[in-house]
Amino acid sequence: MNGILANAPLYAILSSALAAVAIVFTGEKHRNLRETWTVLASLAKFGFIAAMVPGVLAGERFEVALVELAPGISLALRADPAGLLFALSASFLWILTSFYSIGYMRGGKEDKQTRFFAMLAVCLSATMGIALAANLLTFVLFYEILSVATYPLVIHKGSEKAYRAGRQYLVYAITAGLVLVAGTALVYQMAGTLDFQGGGFLPADAGRGVLVTAFLLFFVGFGVKGGVMPLHSWLPAAMIAPTPVSALLHAVAVVKAGVFGFVRLVGFVFGPGLTGEIGLSGVLAGIAGITILLASFIAMTKDDLKARLAYSTVGHLSYVVLGVALLTPTGMLGGAYHIVTHAAMKITLFFCAGALYVHMRYTKVSELDGVGRRMPITMGAFAIGAIGLAGIPGTGGFLSKVLIAQGAAEGGEILFLVILLVSGLLNAGYLFPVFIRAFFRSSPKHTRYDEASWFMVGPIAVTAGLALLLGITPDALFRFFSVASDAMASVVAGGGP
Amino acid sequence: VSQVPVLIPLSLLVSALLALLAGLRDPRWGHRISLAGASVSFLLALAGIRAVWGGGEALHYALGSWLPPAGIEFVLDSLAAYMTGLITFVGVVALVYAPRSLARETPGKEAFAYPAMVLLLTGLTGMCLTGDVFNLYVFLEIAALSAYALLAIGDRGAPVATFRYLLIGSLGGGFYLMGVAFLYFSTGTLNMADLQARLPDLVESRAVISAAAFIIVGLGVKMALFPLHFWLPDVYTNAPSAVAGLVAPIMTKVSAYAIIRIFLDVFPSGFLTEALPVASTVGWLSAGGIIFGSVLAVAQQDYRRMLAYSSVGQISYVGLGIGLANPVGMIGGLLHILNHALMKGCLFFIGGAVRYRAGVTRVPQMRGLGKAMPWTMAAFVVAALAMIGIPPTAGFFSKWYLLLGALQAGNWWWFAVIILSSLLTAVYFFRTVEMIYREPVEGAVAATVIMDSGDPGPRPGTGAAEVGDPPASMLIPILVLGVAILVAGLMNVVIVEALLERVVAPLGG
Repeated sequence: MNGILANAPLYAILSSALAAVAIVFTGEKHRNLRETWTVLASLAKFGFIAAMVPGVLAGERFEVALVELAPGISLALRADPAGLLFALSASFLWILTSFYSIGYMRGGKEDKQTRFFAMLAVCLSATMGIALAANLLTFVLFYEILSVATYPLVIHKGSEKAYRAGRQYLVYAITAGLVLVAGTALVYQMAGTLDFQGGGFLPADAGRGVLVTAFLLFFVGFGVKGGVMPLHSWLPAAMIAPTPVSALLHAVAVVKAGVFGFVRLVGFVFGPGLTGEIGLSGVLAGIAGITILLASFIAMTKDDLKARLAYSTVGHLSYVVLGVALLTPTGMLGGAYHIVTHAAMKITLFFCAGALYVHMRYTKVSELDGVGRRMPITMGAFAIGAIGLAGIPGTGGFLSKVLIAQGAAEGGEILFLVILLVSGLLNAGYLFPVFIRAFFRSSPKHTRYDEASWFMVGPIAVTAGLALLLGITPDALFRFFSVASDAMASVVAGGGP
Repeated sequence: VSQVPVLIPLSLLVSALLALLAGLRDPRWGHRISLAGASVSFLLALAGIRAVWGGGEALHYALGSWLPPAGIEFVLDSLAAYMTGLITFVGVVALVYAPRSLARETPGKEAFAYPAMVLLLTGLTGMCLTGDVFNLYVFLEIAALSAYALLAIGDRGAPVATFRYLLIGSLGGGFYLMGVAFLYFSTGTLNMADLQARLPDLVESRAVISAAAFIIVGLGVKMALFPLHFWLPDVYTNAPSAVAGLVAPIMTKVSAYAIIRIFLDVFPSGFLTEALPVASTVGWLSAGGIIFGSVLAVAQQDYRRMLAYSSVGQISYVGLGIGLANPVGMIGGLLHILNHALMKGCLFFIGGAVRYRAGVTRVPQMRGLGKAMPWTMAAFVVAALAMIGIPPTAGFFSKWYLLLGALQAGNWWWFAVIILSSLLTAVYFFRTVEMIYREPVEGAVAATVIMDSGDPGPRPGTGAAEVGDPPASMLIPILVLGVAILVAGLMNVVIVEALLERVVAPLGG
């Protein structure tokens, strides 16, 4: 490791933190300059993350240790494959979200745009911190920053409903954060260290009672952000936020921080072996399975497009949890890969929902008859995302789902195979009607081509393309799949099953 | 350098007298001299910290060259250096802040307020530096008397509230003195080091046991240890903002310090945990106080009263550290003295700035101030996050040590109490944050002034139009404390390793 790359994890975090400061000081008066900061920071951030990929795949680990947070525990960063996978997807999608936000915020003539862009940048810094944290305390630190920084974005609208959603969000997020702190303290008491390690670092002889307690604390701490039922209800409420927030934070960064927490928990704190021994993996998988099914059913009943997508997110987050909870290498690989594929697909859908709102003021599925004629690119992208989420072969969603299913089969869990199959059908059931209405019904209102601003349509097309590519050639773009495989290999090599 | 221990209170005492004389002619000179005296003592305290930093020898100074145990000894060890550094720092910041705020809230009384503030600092630093249990009582009363004077000049309710404080405080002081007398009968000495040498032979003595009980109860009253806290909320609510920002951060903390000092350096190790289970009693009472204070803070609408109840809860974190009686927990308690002083000082000053600019003191009236006073409210958000315990602010780290201490002691109840109270703290602070950053209602500030008839409000001609960040002399102290909250958080390991680890060494581990 040499030169500028040695500290790349740090720069990846700092780039958007500095941008946030610059954004605040630039302000509304010079909004083109302000947006320049966002775009530059997102490009720089992704550049730093992407530059680490070859090194990490070659077995290097980029490590940075800053100040000591508590005796023996530093604020330390380490780019390992698992963290890089999450960082890579979140930072790449931020670039697209940056452009999209400009189109959305200006097109919708939203208030408080400076605050919006600044807090979004802070959220991305925190997300990178979560992804690249080398130990549990650093992870918790960024996790809490993310919780707090998301709040102003949730209440952005300033309506009573937004404040109510904000309060609900805070109650969930702060409780989860504190519970996480408690769990972390407990882990430190047992192990005397907090450094993540492939295959886990907790001593097996710590006593089942304490281990179970710690695991449950983490379950609540991560489950809230990860939208695991019954801890999910803040997420649909938080959809009151502007759509770029719903797209990037509530489909990619924040909620994935929660499920990524499960990856760290099972893969790098407890280790698959110990998780199995204390007998909680079955419970976790069961809860995830129930969440997958229930969320899909609820999504069907929602006419509001963003609410439908929110419940769909709840369901898909639990795919990741399920993959992790299966404890088999293939299952975990599928879970980890689903972080990426779901991110690409779901952000496409949210982007489409936002374009429909800004351009047409449509928020309900029942309003969409024939809109495909007016906005063919948007609705076409929606179709690609929806097909991917349903897991039709050829898409990224198919690949991650097959891996999870294979993991379930390896573990002899036929029940989960059935759940996966049913949920694929349900996904089709609530997502396909959206674009079928748009394309196959006609409406006198929509007769000619009239798309939203290219600031929005461009990112939509790119994410839809990414969703396709991830299925056809999983390794072509930024080598997502290799990174995911390496991540699971590091868990196994560390003494897993 | 060896005179530093005595020079700190002495420089403050002298400047208090000079400030009083000068202040009678011109209050501005009174302020300048007070500020100069506090600054000198702060520099001296820094010199003291440097001397003991990272394991340096403690500084001893025998007053009047009468060697202990006959004479009075001043000792600057790492705990005393830590405390005096904090006290004088808060003192300087408060004195910078005071003039504008006092002129608005208590016009005409500044001339006496400045010397009283410095005299309070004299008493508090003296308590931390003395090596003599009786001398500690003297400084305790100096601090208490000047605090009564300062607190009584506040709003309409202040004299009554302070009189109640005076009665209860004197009772507390009396209890402490009684305990000291019992100790003197039993051992024939008042010097702390001497007491520690002689007491191990006397642990069975009834007199010594009663002495310990009297001392702890007396200091417990002063520290506002639940359920002996009831004097505190009224006093803090009615005090002038500058005084509240000085008294609330450090006054009760120094009594907590005194308990820790007596616990660690006077009674033989194990005496207060085993022979007389004082530590665990203090811990359980503190656990009660944390919950009680947090719940009542949630119920308050007045900003200052909310902070006052929050103080009842927060001082109990220090008590919890004492109760844990293991090194990690005690470090958490000690660190919380510093952290909470910074946070609460910042918050009370912000309350004063809001009152200065908008003339309001109730949380619902603070609507829209986020836009009107951006820097002040940015500091508020930092302080609020620290109170809740969000990393990387200072408040997180004291809680972290306390959590580890509770785990080490195997005390799950206290562990749960810390988590639960953080949640309650989040409720009342985020409620305030939400109000502050809401869109202001047209003409809201003017309307609220009329509603709040108990408050003097801004003078005629100041109103909604003048709302903005306060003048620099008020804003800079707020921002300094806001930054200090972050610095203290990131530097906590340095502070712990260089100063506090040695303090808790008597606890073993």
